Amino acid sequence: MLKIENVSKTYKGGKKAVKNISLDIKKGEFICFIGPSGCGKTTTMKMINRLIEPSEGKILINGENIMDKDPVELRRQIGYVIQQIGLFPHMTILENITLVPKLLKWNEQKKKERALELLQLVDMGPEYLERYPYELSGGQQQRIGVLRALASNPPLILMDEPFGALDPITRDALQEEFKNLQRTLDKTIVFVTHDMDEAIKLADRIVILKAGEIVQVGTPDEILRNPANEFVEEFIGKDRLLQTRPNVELVEQIMSRNPISITEEKSLTDAITIMREKRVDSLLVVDEQNVLKGFVDVETISEYRKKAKFISEVINTEVYSVKQDTLIRDSVQKILKRGFKYVPVVDQNNHLVGIVTRATLVDIVYDSIWGEEENQVAEVVEMF
Amino acid sequence: METMLDFLQTNWQELIFKAWEHLYISMIAVFLGIIVAVPLGIMLTRMKRSASIIIGIANIMQTLPSLAVLAFFIPFLGVGKTPAIIALFFYSVLPILRNTYTGIKGVNENLLESGRGIGMSSWERIRLVEFPLALSVIMAGIRTASVYLIGWATLASFIGGGGLGDYIFIGLNLYQTEYIIAGAVPVIIMAILVDYVFSIIERKVVPKGLKGMKEVA
Repeated sequence: MLKIENVSKTYKGGKKAVKNISLDIKKGEFICFIGPSGCGKTTTMKMINRLIEPSEGKILINGENIMDKDPVELRRQIGYVIQQIGLFPHMTILENITLVPKLLKWNEQKKKERALELLQLVDMGPEYLERYPYELSGGQQQRIGVLRALASNPPLILMDEPFGALDPITRDALQEEFKNLQRTLDKTIVFVTHDMDEAIKLADRIVILKAGEIVQVGTPDEILRNPANEFVEEFIGKDRLLQTRPNVELVEQIMSRNPISITEEKSLTDAITIMREKRVDSLLVVDEQNVLKGFVDVETISEYRKKAKFISEVINTEVYSVKQDTLIRDSVQKILKRGFKYVPVVDQNNHLVGIVTRATLVDIVYDSIWGEEENQVAEVVEMF
Repeated sequence: METMLDFLQTNWQELIFKAWEHLYISMIAVFLGIIVAVPLGIMLTRMKRSASIIIGIANIMQTLPSLAVLAFFIPFLGVGKTPAIIALFFYSVLPILRNTYTGIKGVNENLLESGRGIGMSSWERIRLVEFPLALSVIMAGIRTASVYLIGWATLASFIGGGGLGDYIFIGLNLYQTEYIIAGAVPVIIMAILVDYVFSIIERKVVPKGLKGMKEVA
């Protein structure tokens, strides 16, 4: 859907920011441009909506050359999110979200409906419509920034380090939310970042740039397994390379398949008995169909044992889970970064299928350290 | 004190008329200043090189002695209200122009880039982003200009423009203190009132989201 053909950008004075880049981006693809600062990633992205005009080459959107279109019209058809959020402080959230529809002259009713619909996507209620940006947290502001880009439902969205200014935990949450959103909405996304973790997590394909040229293009896995050269290796970082082990990829391959769970209608006494039997301090709560509902831990039970009788009364529904086809490094990161003791694993329909605990991680780390050394020892032995 | 009361008793109608005249002359001049200086200020932000030259010229204009400017217009425009208004207008331009220019220049680059990126035309950027965000600074310029002009409008009487300056000049010529007071005090009150009215207007027109920001900061 987006085709970049031999595009170069030479600034006045002869500085070449982008040198002869070609790239084919399919519909619904999530592309990350990554590279050190000054590598031309932002320039390349901004040429797509003509914030910067290419000096040479062609950029085609659905076969149409962007240079044949009016730049203002073109930009209204492409979503755009910048790092510093760029919400207008003098406009309400409603006005901010519906800015592009306003430029496209939608009527008030339609704009408001669209804004409500969008807010729902990020679990924000209608009470936010009349608030002003300064009343929102950084994470909420950037959610609105993303919604604004989605407002007129453009097929293509450009994002310039949109999560760069957020604190790590908010960033992590937003990345996740956004990736899910992108999958459901089927948008094509060009995303600029300098954070390799972010690129690996979000991208379908990563484009690594250096000094205005493409060094490597590939899925996160291809790049992690076969870095094109030393520069890429360095850029990825040694520790990430270690994390990608050839045989183990998906969470379902390492998870423990017997998570200890309990159903909602059981009593607290049942729960504590199970905990005691299995030597654990919390239980996952599921319904009859084995759909994950939440969890209970020993602290809650001891706190409520006089007031409540059934699990359903004390269940904590804010449970963090991963899908069974998630890559291991994502769930590992989640456990390490957020300090979870465990992460339940679910299938597409939210049925509980397993659990990854810190003990599972110990196994992985053990394997990756001793697994290698054992081989080395074997080699040494052979030598003698 | 008694002479003052006598004066007011006999002249109050005239005093009100003169005050009205005074207000009229200065506000028309401010109004003309707004019409010229706001668009000009916005235009200047689009022209890097000419901006400093034009603002320099406006600065020089501001330093010309007002009495000289008033006298200067007599050969061209004669005497009366029109030349007075035109001369005062020149003094209203600079504060408004300078504030419009700095106000618009001060709008965050990221917001402009964001506006451009989502497809605002140049005019839409001015109307929806730059102007509303610069409005409090522009309003401050208008307030300053109004207060200046109410003071300077006393000189209008010198070229037959009328206003409260008439009383002050009569008082000076005849050495009648009550005339001077009857001219000067209403000017002061008027300046304070106009400043107050403009501050209310400013509060009304400046976007709500920005006020909240200041309170937080």
